[in-house]
Amino acid sequence: MNFDWNVAWHSVPALLDGLLTALLSIAIGYPLAIALGLLLVFPQRSARPWIRIPVRVVVEFIRSTPLLVQLFFLFYVLPAFGVELSAFATGAIGLGLHYATYTSEVFRAGIESVPTGQWDAATALNLSTTRTWWSVVLPQAIPKVLPPLGNYAIAMFKDTPQLTAITVLEVLSAARAEGAQTFRYLEAITMAGLLYLLVSLVLAWLARRVEQRYATTRGIA
Amino acid sequence: MTEDFITFRNVSKRFGKNVVLDDLCFSVRERQRITLIGPSGSGKTTILRMLMTLMRPDSGLITVGGDQLFPADEQQVARVRRRMTMVFQQYNLFPNMNVLRNITMAPMKVLGVPEDEAVDRARKLLELVGLTAKLSHYPSQLSGGQQQRVAIARALAMQPDVLLLDEVTAALDPELAAEVLDVLRDVADSLDVTMLCVTHAMRFARDISDQVLMFCTGKIIESGPPEQILEAPQHERTQRFLRSVLEEV
Ligand SMILES: Nc1ncnc2c1ncn2[C@@H]1O[C@H](COP(=O)(O)OP(=O)(O)OP(=O)(O)O)[C@@H](O)[C@H]1O
Ligand SMILES: [Mg+2]
Repeated sequence: MNFDWNVAWHSVPALLDGLLTALLSIAIGYPLAIALGLLLVFPQRSARPWIRIPVRVVVEFIRSTPLLVQLFFLFYVLPAFGVELSAFATGAIGLGLHYATYTSEVFRAGIESVPTGQWDAATALNLSTTRTWWSVVLPQAIPKVLPPLGNYAIAMFKDTPQLTAITVLEVLSAARAEGAQTFRYLEAITMAGLLYLLVSLVLAWLARRVEQRYATTRGIA
Repeated sequence: MTEDFITFRNVSKRFGKNVVLDDLCFSVRERQRITLIGPSGSGKTTILRMLMTLMRPDSGLITVGGDQLFPADEQQVARVRRRMTMVFQQYNLFPNMNVLRNITMAPMKVLGVPEDEAVDRARKLLELVGLTAKLSHYPSQLSGGQQQRVAIARALAMQPDVLLLDEVTAALDPELAAEVLDVLRDVADSLDVTMLCVTHAMRFARDISDQVLMFCTGKIIESGPPEQILEAPQHERTQRFLRSVLEEV
Protein backbone atom coordinates (compact mmCIF):
# COMPACT_ATOMS: atom_id res chain seq x y z
CA MET A 1 0.00 0.00 0.00
CA ASN A 2 1.59 3.27 -1.01
CA PHE A 3 0.84 6.71 0.26
CA ASP A 4 -1.63 8.59 -1.98
CA TRP A 5 -1.02 12.33 -1.60
CA ASN A 6 -4.26 13.11 -3.35
CA VAL A 7 -6.28 11.24 -0.74
CA ALA A 8 -4.21 12.80 1.99
CA TRP A 9 -4.84 16.27 0.64
CA HIS A 10 -8.56 15.72 0.47
CA SER A 11 -8.76 14.69 4.10
CA VAL A 12 -7.24 18.00 5.25
CA PRO A 13 -10.40 20.21 5.45
CA ALA A 14 -12.20 17.70 7.68
CA LEU A 15 -9.09 17.33 9.83
CA LEU A 16 -8.80 21.11 10.16
CA ASP A 17 -12.40 21.26 11.36
CA GLY A 18 -11.48 18.69 13.98
CA LEU A 19 -8.35 20.66 14.87
CA LEU A 20 -10.41 23.80 15.38
CA THR A 21 -12.61 21.91 17.85
CA ALA A 22 -9.55 20.53 19.64
CA LEU A 23 -7.94 23.96 19.87
CA LEU A 24 -11.18 25.49 21.13
CA SER A 25 -11.43 22.83 23.80
CA ILE A 26 -7.95 23.66 25.12
CA ALA A 27 -8.62 27.38 24.68
CA ILE A 28 -11.33 26.86 27.30
CA GLY A 29 -9.80 23.96 29.22
CA TYR A 30 -6.33 25.43 29.73
CA PRO A 31 -7.33 28.78 31.28
CA LEU A 32 -9.78 26.79 33.41
CA ALA A 33 -6.95 24.50 34.55
CA ILE A 34 -4.78 27.52 35.40
CA ALA A 35 -7.48 29.42 37.28
CA LEU A 36 -8.83 26.41 39.14
CA GLY A 37 -5.31 25.13 39.84
CA LEU A 38 -4.40 28.46 41.43
CA LEU A 39 -7.61 28.50 43.47
CA LEU A 40 -6.96 24.97 44.71
CA VAL A 41 -3.58 25.97 46.13
CA PHE A 42 -5.01 28.02 48.97
CA PRO A 43 -7.25 25.44 50.66
CA GLN A 44 -4.39 22.95 50.32
CA ARG A 45 -2.11 25.32 52.22
CA SER A 46 -4.70 26.02 54.89
CA ALA A 47 -3.74 25.47 58.51
CA ARG A 48 -7.22 24.07 59.17
CA PRO A 49 -7.30 20.32 58.55
CA TRP A 50 -11.05 20.27 57.84
CA ILE A 51 -10.42 22.51 54.84
CA ARG A 52 -7.08 21.08 53.77
CA ILE A 53 -7.77 17.36 53.93
CA PRO A 54 -11.02 17.09 51.89
CA VAL A 55 -9.58 19.29 49.14
CA ARG A 56 -6.37 17.25 49.08
CA VAL A 57 -8.35 14.03 48.83
CA VAL A 58 -10.41 15.28 45.89
CA VAL A 59 -7.33 16.63 44.11
CA GLU A 60 -5.44 13.40 44.69
CA PHE A 61 -8.43 11.39 43.47
CA ILE A 62 -8.75 13.33 40.22
CA ARG A 63 -5.02 13.25 39.60
CA SER A 64 -4.78 9.51 40.18
CA THR A 65 -7.68 8.42 37.98
CA PRO A 66 -7.63 8.40 34.15
CA LEU A 67 -8.96 11.40 32.28
CA LEU A 68 -11.23 9.07 30.32
CA VAL A 69 -12.99 7.91 33.47
CA GLN A 70 -13.66 11.51 34.43
CA LEU A 71 -14.92 12.34 30.93
CA PHE A 72 -17.30 9.36 31.05
CA PHE A 73 -18.45 10.39 34.49
CA LEU A 74 -19.21 13.94 33.37
CA PHE A 75 -20.83 12.80 30.13
CA TYR A 76 -22.86 9.77 31.17
CA VAL A 77 -23.39 10.13 34.92
CA LEU A 78 -24.00 13.85 35.47
CA PRO A 79 -27.12 13.96 33.22
CA ALA A 80 -28.74 11.52 35.64
CA PHE A 81 -28.39 14.29 38.24
CA GLY A 82 -29.95 16.82 35.88
CA VAL A 83 -26.68 18.36 34.65
CA GLU A 84 -26.72 18.18 30.86
CA LEU A 85 -23.80 19.61 28.96
CA SER A 86 -22.88 19.36 25.28
CA ALA A 87 -20.13 16.89 24.41
CA PHE A 88 -17.79 19.77 23.63
CA ALA A 89 -18.47 21.59 26.91
CA THR A 90 -18.04 18.34 28.84
CA GLY A 91 -14.71 17.75 27.10
CA ALA A 92 -13.38 21.24 27.75
CA ILE A 93 -14.46 21.17 31.40
CA GLY A 94 -13.13 17.64 31.85
CA LEU A 95 -9.73 18.63 30.52
CA GLY A 96 -9.70 21.75 32.69
CA LEU A 97 -10.66 19.86 35.82
CA HIS A 98 -8.15 17.07 35.26
CA TYR A 99 -5.26 19.40 34.51
CA ALA A 100 -6.16 21.75 37.37
CA THR A 101 -4.92 19.05 39.73
CA TYR A 102 -1.53 19.10 37.97
CA THR A 103 -1.23 22.86 37.69
CA SER A 104 -2.22 23.26 41.31
CA GLU A 105 0.73 21.06 42.26
CA VAL A 106 2.98 23.22 40.07
CA PHE A 107 1.73 26.40 41.73
CA ARG A 108 2.13 24.90 45.18
CA ALA A 109 5.74 23.92 44.44
CA GLY A 110 6.41 27.32 42.87
CA ILE A 111 5.10 29.16 45.90
CA GLU A 112 6.99 26.92 48.28
CA SER A 113 10.18 27.55 46.34
CA VAL A 114 10.10 31.15 47.60
CA PRO A 115 12.30 31.10 50.72
CA THR A 116 10.55 31.78 54.04
CA GLY A 117 13.02 34.62 54.55
CA GLN A 118 11.15 36.52 51.85
CA TRP A 119 7.91 36.27 53.85
CA ASP A 120 9.80 37.31 56.98
CA ALA A 121 11.22 40.35 55.22
CA ALA A 122 7.77 41.27 53.95
CA THR A 123 6.40 41.12 57.50
CA ALA A 124 9.35 43.10 58.84
CA LEU A 125 8.53 45.81 56.29
CA ASN A 126 4.86 45.64 57.22
CA LEU A 127 3.70 44.74 53.73
CA SER A 128 0.06 43.68 53.55
CA THR A 129 -0.74 40.11 52.59
CA THR A 130 -1.95 41.16 49.15
CA ARG A 131 1.14 43.28 48.57
CA THR A 132 3.38 40.42 49.69
CA TRP A 133 1.78 38.04 47.20
CA TRP A 134 1.71 40.52 44.39
CA SER A 135 5.15 42.13 44.67
CA VAL A 136 7.26 39.49 46.40
CA VAL A 137 5.95 35.94 46.12
CA LEU A 138 4.32 35.72 42.69
CA PRO A 139 7.13 37.48 40.79
CA GLN A 140 9.54 34.90 42.22
CA ALA A 141 7.24 31.93 41.74
CA ILE A 142 6.17 32.70 38.15
CA PRO A 143 9.52 31.98 36.44
CA LYS A 144 9.57 28.63 38.27
CA VAL A 145 6.07 27.57 37.20
CA LEU A 146 6.22 28.60 33.53
CA PRO A 147 8.20 25.62 32.15
CA PRO A 148 5.95 22.94 33.70
CA LEU A 149 2.82 24.92 32.83
CA GLY A 150 3.99 25.08 29.21
CA ASN A 151 4.49 21.32 29.21
CA TYR A 152 0.99 20.80 30.52
CA ALA A 153 -0.44 22.93 27.69
CA ILE A 154 1.16 20.53 25.21
CA ALA A 155 0.12 17.48 27.22
CA MET A 156 -3.46 18.74 27.34
CA PHE A 157 -3.50 19.22 23.58
CA LYS A 158 -2.20 15.67 23.13
CA ASP A 159 -5.04 14.44 25.35
CA THR A 160 -7.75 15.94 23.13
CA PRO A 161 -8.13 12.69 21.08
CA GLN A 162 -9.67 11.22 24.22
CA LEU A 163 -12.64 13.51 23.67
CA THR A 164 -13.53 11.22 20.74
CA ALA A 165 -14.81 8.79 23.35
CA ILE A 166 -17.54 11.23 24.36
CA THR A 167 -18.48 11.97 20.71
CA VAL A 168 -16.56 15.21 20.26
CA LEU A 169 -15.50 15.51 16.63
CA GLU A 170 -11.86 16.42 16.96
CA VAL A 171 -8.86 15.54 14.75
CA LEU A 172 -8.69 11.82 15.42
CA SER A 173 -12.40 11.18 15.01
CA ALA A 174 -12.33 13.23 11.79
CA ALA A 175 -9.43 11.11 10.52
CA ARG A 176 -11.27 7.91 11.33
CA ALA A 177 -14.40 9.14 9.57
CA GLU A 178 -12.34 10.09 6.51
CA GLY A 179 -10.68 6.70 6.52
CA ALA A 180 -14.01 4.93 6.76
CA GLN A 181 -15.31 6.90 3.80
CA THR A 182 -12.36 6.33 1.46
CA PHE A 183 -11.27 2.97 2.88
CA ARG A 184 -7.83 4.51 3.21
CA TYR A 185 -6.81 5.01 6.82
CA LEU A 186 -3.08 5.44 6.16
CA GLU A 187 -3.38 8.91 4.65
CA ALA A 188 -5.97 10.32 7.05
CA ILE A 189 -4.27 9.02 10.21
CA THR A 190 -0.84 10.09 8.98
CA MET A 191 -2.11 13.59 8.25
CA ALA A 192 -3.73 13.70 11.66
CA GLY A 193 -0.38 12.75 13.22
CA LEU A 194 1.36 15.48 11.26
CA LEU A 195 -1.20 18.03 12.44
CA TYR A 196 -0.64 17.04 16.08
CA LEU A 197 3.12 17.33 15.56
CA LEU A 198 2.77 20.75 13.96
CA VAL A 199 0.56 22.16 16.70
CA SER A 200 2.70 20.66 19.48
CA LEU A 201 5.79 22.28 17.96
CA VAL A 202 4.02 25.62 17.77
CA LEU A 203 2.86 25.31 21.37
CA ALA A 204 6.38 24.37 22.50
CA TRP A 205 7.77 27.38 20.68
CA LEU A 206 5.17 29.67 22.25
CA ALA A 207 5.89 28.26 25.70
CA ARG A 208 9.59 28.88 25.23
CA ARG A 209 8.94 32.47 24.17
CA VAL A 210 6.88 33.11 27.29
CA GLU A 211 9.51 31.45 29.49
CA GLN A 212 12.29 33.54 27.98
CA ARG A 213 10.36 36.68 28.58
CA TYR A 214 10.17 35.84 32.28
CA ALA A 215 13.41 33.87 32.45
CA THR A 216 14.73 35.61 35.55
CA THR A 217 12.96 36.91 38.58
CA ARG A 218 14.43 40.29 37.80
CA GLY A 219 12.36 42.96 36.26
CA ILE A 220 8.93 41.77 37.29
CA ALA A 221 7.72 43.33 40.48
CA MET B 1 12.89 59.61 80.01
CA THR B 2 13.40 56.39 81.83
CA GLU B 3 10.08 54.83 81.02
CA ASP B 4 10.14 51.33 79.60
CA PHE B 5 9.56 51.26 75.87
CA ILE B 6 9.60 47.54 75.23
CA THR B 7 8.55 45.12 77.93
CA PHE B 8 8.46 41.34 78.08
CA ARG B 9 6.47 40.05 81.03
CA ASN B 10 6.46 36.36 81.89
CA VAL B 11 6.88 35.40 78.27
CA SER B 12 7.11 31.67 77.64
CA LYS B 13 7.63 29.69 74.48
CA ARG B 14 8.12 26.01 73.93
CA PHE B 15 8.47 23.83 70.86
CA GLY B 16 7.08 20.49 71.91
CA LYS B 17 9.05 19.57 75.01
CA ASN B 18 11.79 22.05 74.29
CA VAL B 19 11.21 25.03 76.60
CA VAL B 20 12.86 27.89 74.78
CA LEU B 21 11.74 30.86 76.89
CA ASP B 22 10.69 30.33 80.46
CA ASP B 23 8.78 33.19 82.11
CA LEU B 24 11.10 35.74 80.61
CA CYS B 25 10.90 39.31 81.91
CA PHE B 26 12.93 42.24 80.68
CA SER B 27 12.46 45.75 79.45
CA VAL B 28 14.16 48.22 77.18
CA ARG B 29 14.01 51.99 77.43
CA GLU B 30 13.49 54.25 74.44
CA ARG B 31 16.68 54.78 72.38
CA GLN B 32 18.51 52.20 74.42
CA ARG B 33 20.90 49.90 72.56
CA ILE B 34 20.68 46.39 73.82
CA THR B 35 22.89 43.51 72.82
CA LEU B 36 21.69 39.97 73.39
CA ILE B 37 24.42 37.40 73.77
CA GLY B 38 24.38 33.76 74.72
CA PRO B 39 25.10 30.28 73.46
CA SER B 40 23.38 28.80 70.44
CA GLY B 41 19.80 27.79 71.15
CA SER B 42 19.44 30.10 74.14
CA GLY B 43 16.44 31.87 72.56
CA LYS B 44 17.91 35.13 71.22
CA THR B 45 16.43 34.82 67.75
CA THR B 46 13.13 33.73 69.25
CA ILE B 47 12.91 37.00 71.20
CA LEU B 48 13.55 39.17 68.15
CA ARG B 49 11.13 37.14 66.03
CA MET B 50 8.43 37.56 68.67
CA LEU B 51 8.91 41.30 68.65
CA MET B 52 8.69 41.29 64.85
CA THR B 53 5.53 39.12 65.21
CA LEU B 54 7.10 36.38 63.12
CA MET B 55 6.45 34.07 66.05
CA ARG B 56 3.89 34.05 68.85
CA PRO B 57 4.62 33.43 72.49
CA ASP B 58 2.64 30.68 74.25
CA SER B 59 1.88 33.01 77.12
CA GLY B 60 2.91 36.29 78.68
CA LEU B 61 2.68 39.90 77.72
CA ILE B 62 4.69 42.02 75.29
CA THR B 63 4.25 45.77 74.96
CA VAL B 64 5.89 48.30 72.69
CA GLY B 65 5.57 52.04 73.26
CA GLY B 66 2.75 51.48 75.73
CA ASP B 67 0.71 49.39 73.30
CA GLN B 68 0.16 45.71 73.67
CA LEU B 69 1.78 43.61 70.95
CA PHE B 70 0.87 40.30 72.50
CA PRO B 71 -1.84 39.39 73.14
CA ALA B 72 -3.53 41.68 70.60
CA ASP B 73 -5.86 41.49 67.63
CA GLU B 74 -4.54 41.64 64.09
CA GLN B 75 -5.23 45.33 63.54
CA GLN B 76 -3.47 46.26 66.75
CA VAL B 77 -0.54 44.01 65.84
CA ALA B 78 -0.20 45.67 62.41
CA ARG B 79 -0.26 49.11 64.01
CA VAL B 80 2.30 48.35 66.68
CA ARG B 81 4.51 46.36 64.31
CA ARG B 82 4.80 49.40 62.07
CA ARG B 83 7.14 50.98 64.63
CA MET B 84 9.67 48.19 64.28
CA THR B 85 11.68 46.51 61.62
CA MET B 86 14.27 43.78 61.43
CA VAL B 87 17.47 42.97 59.57
CA PHE B 88 18.18 39.28 59.08
CA GLN B 89 21.28 37.13 58.99
CA GLN B 90 20.52 36.10 55.38
CA TYR B 91 19.72 39.71 54.22
CA ASN B 92 16.44 38.58 52.58
CA LEU B 93 16.50 41.27 49.92
CA PHE B 94 13.83 40.88 47.25
CA PRO B 95 15.71 39.36 44.29
CA ASN B 96 13.10 40.55 41.79
CA MET B 97 13.70 44.23 42.58
CA ASN B 98 16.75 46.39 42.13
CA VAL B 99 18.42 48.10 45.06
CA LEU B 100 16.42 51.30 44.74
CA ARG B 101 13.10 49.45 44.51
CA ASN B 102 14.02 47.24 47.46
CA ILE B 103 14.39 50.39 49.53
CA THR B 104 11.50 52.48 48.20
CA MET B 105 8.79 49.84 47.83
CA ALA B 106 7.64 49.54 51.44
CA PRO B 107 7.76 53.29 52.25
CA MET B 108 5.66 53.95 49.16
CA LYS B 109 3.22 51.08 49.54
CA VAL B 110 2.96 50.90 53.32
CA LEU B 111 3.61 54.44 54.53
CA GLY B 112 2.24 56.18 51.43
CA VAL B 113 5.39 58.22 50.86
CA PRO B 114 5.33 59.87 47.39
CA GLU B 115 7.77 58.34 44.93
CA ASP B 116 10.18 61.28 44.55
CA GLU B 117 10.43 61.64 48.30
CA ALA B 118 11.02 57.88 48.73
CA VAL B 119 13.74 57.97 46.08
CA ASP B 120 15.40 60.99 47.70
CA ARG B 121 15.43 59.26 51.02
CA ALA B 122 16.74 56.04 49.48
CA ARG B 123 19.64 57.96 47.95
CA LYS B 124 20.53 59.47 51.32
CA LEU B 125 20.39 56.06 52.98
CA LEU B 126 22.54 54.53 50.24
CA GLU B 127 25.04 57.26 50.92
CA LEU B 128 24.99 56.34 54.59
CA VAL B 129 25.74 52.71 53.76
CA GLY B 130 28.22 53.65 51.01
CA LEU B 131 26.40 52.17 48.04
CA THR B 132 25.15 55.09 45.94
CA ALA B 133 26.78 53.54 42.87
CA LYS B 134 24.72 50.34 43.15
CA LEU B 135 21.30 51.94 42.97
CA SER B 136 20.11 50.03 39.92
CA HIS B 137 21.89 46.76 40.62
CA TYR B 138 19.99 43.62 41.53
CA PRO B 139 20.78 41.78 44.78
CA SER B 140 22.38 38.90 42.85
CA GLN B 141 24.94 41.36 41.50
CA LEU B 142 26.10 42.41 44.98
CA SER B 143 28.45 40.85 47.51
CA GLY B 144 27.00 39.57 50.79
CA GLY B 145 28.29 42.62 52.65
CA GLN B 146 26.77 44.95 50.09
CA GLN B 147 23.46 43.10 50.22
CA GLN B 148 23.41 43.41 53.98
CA ARG B 149 24.10 47.13 53.78
CA VAL B 150 21.20 47.50 51.37
CA ALA B 151 19.05 45.53 53.79
CA ILE B 152 20.01 47.99 56.53
CA ALA B 153 19.10 50.91 54.27
CA ARG B 154 15.80 49.22 53.42
CA ALA B 155 15.00 48.79 57.10
CA LEU B 156 15.88 52.40 57.93
CA ALA B 157 13.73 53.68 55.06
CA MET B 158 10.74 52.58 57.13
CA GLN B 159 11.83 55.14 59.76
CA PRO B 160 11.46 52.64 62.56
CA ASP B 161 11.49 53.47 66.24
CA VAL B 162 12.94 50.06 66.93
CA LEU B 163 15.58 48.26 64.89
CA LEU B 164 16.06 44.54 65.41
CA LEU B 165 19.31 43.02 64.19
CA ASP B 166 19.77 39.26 64.24
CA GLU B 167 23.39 38.22 63.68
CA VAL B 168 23.56 40.46 60.67
CA THR B 169 27.23 39.68 60.06
CA ALA B 170 27.21 35.96 60.82
CA ALA B 171 27.01 34.95 57.15
CA LEU B 172 29.87 37.24 56.11
CA ASP B 173 33.65 36.97 55.84
CA PRO B 174 35.44 39.03 58.50
CA GLU B 175 36.33 41.79 56.05
CA LEU B 176 32.77 42.16 54.76
CA ALA B 177 31.43 41.87 58.30
CA ALA B 178 33.65 44.79 59.30
CA GLU B 179 32.15 47.06 56.64
CA VAL B 180 28.62 46.19 57.77
CA LEU B 181 29.51 46.82 61.42
CA ASP B 182 31.04 50.19 60.47
CA VAL B 183 27.78 51.14 58.83
CA LEU B 184 25.85 50.10 61.91
CA ARG B 185 28.13 52.18 64.13
CA ASP B 186 27.27 55.19 61.97
CA VAL B 187 23.59 54.32 62.20
CA ALA B 188 23.76 54.02 65.95
CA ASP B 189 25.56 57.38 66.16
CA SER B 190 23.33 59.29 63.79
CA LEU B 191 19.84 57.93 64.42
CA ASP B 192 17.57 57.93 67.42
CA VAL B 193 16.47 54.34 67.18
CA THR B 194 16.05 51.78 69.89
CA MET B 195 18.23 48.84 68.94
CA LEU B 196 18.06 45.20 69.90
CA CYS B 197 20.98 43.39 68.50
CA VAL B 198 22.03 39.75 68.57
CA THR B 199 25.70 39.41 67.76
CA HIS B 200 28.84 37.43 68.41
CA ALA B 201 31.00 40.44 67.48
CA MET B 202 31.95 41.44 71.00
CA ARG B 203 33.95 44.54 70.15
CA PHE B 204 31.01 45.84 68.16
CA ALA B 205 28.68 45.04 71.05
CA ARG B 206 30.90 47.03 73.38
CA ASP B 207 31.06 49.97 70.95
CA ILE B 208 27.39 50.41 70.34
CA SER B 209 25.45 49.01 73.26
CA ASP B 210 24.30 50.54 76.53
CA GLN B 211 23.42 47.21 77.95
CA VAL B 212 24.26 43.58 77.37
CA LEU B 213 21.90 40.76 78.24
CA MET B 214 23.42 37.32 78.65
CA PHE B 215 20.97 34.53 77.87
CA CYS B 216 21.20 30.93 78.79
CA THR B 217 18.42 28.39 78.17
CA GLY B 218 15.73 31.05 77.81
CA LYS B 219 16.63 33.10 80.84
CA ILE B 220 18.73 36.20 81.40
CA ILE B 221 21.50 35.10 83.69
CA GLU B 222 23.44 38.33 83.75
CA SER B 223 22.96 41.87 82.50
CA GLY B 224 24.64 45.22 82.70
CA PRO B 225 26.74 47.75 80.79
CA PRO B 226 29.08 46.17 78.23
CA GLU B 227 32.28 47.00 80.12
CA GLN B 228 30.97 45.05 83.06
CA ILE B 229 29.54 42.03 81.28
CA LEU B 230 32.22 41.66 78.67
CA GLU B 231 35.25 42.46 80.80
CA ALA B 232 34.27 41.40 84.29
CA PRO B 233 31.52 38.84 83.98
CA GLN B 234 30.32 37.48 87.32
CA HIS B 235 28.53 34.39 86.18
CA GLU B 236 30.58 31.32 85.41
CA ARG B 237 28.43 30.55 82.34
CA THR B 238 29.09 34.03 80.93
CA GLN B 239 32.81 33.65 81.45
CA ARG B 240 32.78 30.32 79.66
CA PHE B 241 30.68 31.71 76.82
CA LEU B 242 32.94 34.72 76.29
CA ARG B 243 36.04 32.52 76.27
CA SER B 244 34.52 30.34 73.53
CA VAL B 245 33.48 33.34 71.44
CA LEU B 246 36.93 34.91 71.68
CA GLU B 247 38.58 31.65 70.65
CA GLU B 248 36.35 31.53 67.56
CA VAL B 249 37.63 34.87 66.29
N1 LIG C 1 10.38 26.88 64.37
C1 LIG C 1 10.95 26.14 65.34
N2 LIG C 1 10.52 24.88 65.58
C2 LIG C 1 11.07 24.13 66.55
N3 LIG C 1 12.06 24.55 67.36
C3 LIG C 1 12.53 25.80 67.18
C4 LIG C 1 12.01 26.66 66.15
N4 LIG C 1 12.66 27.84 66.22
C5 LIG C 1 13.54 27.72 67.22
N5 LIG C 1 13.49 26.51 67.81
C6 LIG C 1 14.29 26.07 68.96
O1 LIG C 1 14.29 27.08 69.92
C7 LIG C 1 15.52 27.17 70.57
C8 LIG C 1 16.00 28.59 70.55
O2 LIG C 1 16.25 28.98 69.23
P1 LIG C 1 16.79 30.41 68.85
O3 LIG C 1 16.89 30.40 67.36
O4 LIG C 1 15.99 31.44 69.49
O5 LIG C 1 18.24 30.38 69.48
P2 LIG C 1 19.42 31.43 69.31
O6 LIG C 1 19.76 31.89 70.67
O7 LIG C 1 19.05 32.46 68.33
O8 LIG C 1 20.57 30.51 68.75
P3 LIG C 1 21.70 30.83 67.66
O9 LIG C 1 22.80 31.55 68.37
O10 LIG C 1 22.14 29.47 67.22
O11 LIG C 1 21.07 31.62 66.57
C9 LIG C 1 16.43 26.17 69.89
O12 LIG C 1 16.53 25.05 70.70
C10 LIG C 1 15.73 25.85 68.61
O13 LIG C 1 15.98 24.53 68.26
MG1 LIG D 1 19.73 32.96 66.40
